[in-house]
Amino acid sequence: MPVTGDHAGGRASSAPLVGRESEPTIFELSVPGRLAYYARSTGVPEWPASEIGAHLRREPAELPEVSERDLVAHFTRLAARNYSVDVGSYPLGSCTMKYNPKFADEVAEMEGISRVHPGTPERAIQGWLEILSSLESYICTITGMAAATLQPPAGAAGELTGLLLMKAYHRSKKRDPRKVLIPDSAHGTNPASVTLAGFEAVTVPSGPDGLVSVEALRSLIDGDIAGIMLTNPNTLGLFETKIVEILELVHGVDGLAYYDGANLNAIVGVVRPGDMGFDIVHSNLHKTFATPHGGGGPGAGPVAVAEKLVRFLPGPLVRRETGGDLRWHYPEESIGRVHGFYGNAVVLARALAFMRYLGGEGLKRMSELAVLNANWLRWRIQDSYTIPYGGVCMHEFVASASSIKKSSGVRALDIAKSLLEEGFHAPTVYFPLVVEEALMFEPTETESPQTLAGLADSLIRLAVIASENPELLAERPLRTPVRRLDEARAARKPVLTEDQRTAAPSAS
Amino acid sequence: MLADLGMGSLEDLFAHVPKEIRLQRPLALEKGRSEFEVREWFSGMARRNSAARRDLVIFAGGGAYDHDLSSAARALGGQSAFVTAYTPYQPEVSQGVLQALFEYQTLVARIFGTDVANASLYDGAAALVEAVNLAVGATGSSRVIASGGVNPAYLETLATFGAGRSLELEVAATDEREATAWGAPSGQAAAVVVGYPNYFGTIEDVAEARTVANDLGALLVVVADPVALGLLEAPGALGADIVVGEGQSLGIPLSFGGPYLGLFGASTRYLRLIPGRLVGETVDADGRTAFVTTLRTREQDIRRERATSNVCTNQTLMAIQAAIHLSWLGKEGYQEVSRRCYNAAHYLASRLETIGLRVSSAPFFREFVVELPIPAEAVRSRLFDQGFLAGLAVRGRPNHLLLTATEAHTREEIDRFSDLIAKEI
Ligand SMILES: Cc1ncc(COP(=O)(O)O)c(C=O)c1O
Repeated sequence: MPVTGDHAGGRASSAPLVGRESEPTIFELSVPGRLAYYARSTGVPEWPASEIGAHLRREPAELPEVSERDLVAHFTRLAARNYSVDVGSYPLGSCTMKYNPKFADEVAEMEGISRVHPGTPERAIQGWLEILSSLESYICTITGMAAATLQPPAGAAGELTGLLLMKAYHRSKKRDPRKVLIPDSAHGTNPASVTLAGFEAVTVPSGPDGLVSVEALRSLIDGDIAGIMLTNPNTLGLFETKIVEILELVHGVDGLAYYDGANLNAIVGVVRPGDMGFDIVHSNLHKTFATPHGGGGPGAGPVAVAEKLVRFLPGPLVRRETGGDLRWHYPEESIGRVHGFYGNAVVLARALAFMRYLGGEGLKRMSELAVLNANWLRWRIQDSYTIPYGGVCMHEFVASASSIKKSSGVRALDIAKSLLEEGFHAPTVYFPLVVEEALMFEPTETESPQTLAGLADSLIRLAVIASENPELLAERPLRTPVRRLDEARAARKPVLTEDQRTAAPSAS
Repeated sequence: MLADLGMGSLEDLFAHVPKEIRLQRPLALEKGRSEFEVREWFSGMARRNSAARRDLVIFAGGGAYDHDLSSAARALGGQSAFVTAYTPYQPEVSQGVLQALFEYQTLVARIFGTDVANASLYDGAAALVEAVNLAVGATGSSRVIASGGVNPAYLETLATFGAGRSLELEVAATDEREATAWGAPSGQAAAVVVGYPNYFGTIEDVAEARTVANDLGALLVVVADPVALGLLEAPGALGADIVVGEGQSLGIPLSFGGPYLGLFGASTRYLRLIPGRLVGETVDADGRTAFVTTLRTREQDIRRERATSNVCTNQTLMAIQAAIHLSWLGKEGYQEVSRRCYNAAHYLASRLETIGLRVSSAPFFREFVVELPIPAEAVRSRLFDQGFLAGLAVRGRPNHLLLTATEAHTREEIDRFSDLIAKEI
């Protein structure tokens, strides 16, 4: 539906997807003997394989046989069956799906960036070391920390790294506390990381205001507390205003405070985790610092720490010698490496490009606009959806479809699926777990007021349809490349490869 | 917009953030720049690095290999619909990513000879850590016997993460062929881990490792080089329970070590313990074939503290790139690249043997250890000045080099390199 009047132009970034035919798999396109590959002529002589006779493969792997032209058509058609930030608004809460500026792609593709072997001697990678060193310093300035490892390849890897640092800290003091506090609104990676680090997750309930209940927290504090993991703003998009008091309670028993940086986009240049009292901070560069999500990865989750933890950081770190050259450095009491090489290096370079582009003031403005956009979108839809927590929200907010469900049977899922039909990506649904029928919106700073208005209008329209014709929403989406899927069937008898597919009776 | 919210300035949005923690000054960072200036800054940095082929011929591997990359594969993998999408939580509008991952899972499972493969992990090291976690969960033992021929950086990463839950990691030494000397370990273990080919290039006897694993009631985890499997028997066919590996060789640029791709294949016996995302086939409301992430109850967002893996963001884009690259190679090309790597490495080794050097790895695929009569680091340094990255140092063996060659190396490059080494010794 075209948008007119004040909001004209807004739908330019939400074109509906086209094309409803299934795309054959690459294996179905395969024709014996067809080739795309063409090798360079090297002049290297053939070497007899007899030396490895006993090890030779008996059956060649059945890779597809396609021409380059067919290959290109297939993967181009697949791309056309996918929604993305470049196509339209992607208000997926907790994921910070902002626009990823194109110039960073060019940075990532520079030969001297992308074609460097990780085993190159230090004197021939001074540029790369400068990039890493500069990024470390940007991250420390933004988070208020002393030093950072850039190795963790995603947020969850950063969490586990941070928890192992926590463990090393306590061990250095000859202590072995076992419990890590986590609010009930936390992301699933937090408790999973706690277990993997050999700690026990203890849930802290939220109060009626959506914030950590300081009273409940106080009752959980004892000498067996290794630390706390929090994101601030929390996953409800609310700033934990009692943060200083909370962290003092934890520090009071020599616990450490871990900051899950998934929500850093709300506060850059405004308030720093270090100044709140956190000791360990991971940043999701694929969220706050605009590196593209790649359909689910790669990301980068650097971990920055306070001075007292620097000696435990994974090596290698980049440090400057007195002569001015940069070198790899291995901290003495390091917990050891957490990546095969130096982390997702090219993602790190992209993030630095974004930081240098915006600069100090631009980064602050980024967060301010992210918070403005979230508040404004919430204001626009507040009469149509339940807003469980009032007050100012930060970069995201959680709405609830619970009253809509009560009156019409329409669930958060139906609203989300119907929004796809409207040409927008869905919000995050059913997370955090503390809100019923949760719809979590994070519009990000890169969407225009017109796009936000278009999104709000769609949401309001869906609420109206829910009350008048609820059955319509249960059917949607109708015009997307495929309609709702039989997920139970997928799980009941999993078909995870072409071979399992051809072994099983055909799907349709 | 501010007026709609009853506010006068952007500051008002943060009025509830306690004053005493608010940053009262600007961030101490440089001011913003145009994209042109940022690009120029990075060009300057890039010029201070030596890149593959531009001014450096790379005979170094160690888990990162210089292969020829096709323009078509690069262009297809760079499509913004793949690059700027998130995890396919809404399958109705994510069929492109989902189907590409389904194809990727099939390709990895076929190469590894395993029943299934997941939709990617961070890198080879992370894939090994996850495999060991699976084995610990499946057996209830926390003891792991790893070959000393496994990539030392992977073993170190395993030790780092293993410390969390008190993994008992025992490392079996390697012999004069750079193959594992298992000895006769007794008792119980969760996993036996072997490289194939291993870090030193030697093609290990996977069947022997299987026997060792059987004796210990352990799962056999094979860390495989996916390029080698164009020529070598699939680890799945040799009895591996889990096969992991580094997928960088499957179409991903050297990238200074990342982002790479953690490959993970396993037997369906362990289906419900597999870490990370799995994409499966199903049908939509109109009965059409479609793909969706499945067996989601394994994952951290549902299982929380009881999850056996915490992975959320993975390396999807690299997995898609690998699927495209493998499809571009095709059945023939994949075998031919493997064969050409083998040819090039053996040609290089034979040239070095001709000048009197001893190659210890045997039998090897595309990488080998060679002993020099003088310290290797000095040779590496001098050869670097002449345009060659002369392999990698071998930990604890100052006179040894770990060298590799791929299908991208020419006879002329190998000859020139060997001649320079001859002058050094
Ligand atoms: C609040 C929160 N914490 C942690 C994570 C985990 O980060 P990653 O997906 O990069 O591992 C996420 C992202 O999904 C998140 O939203």
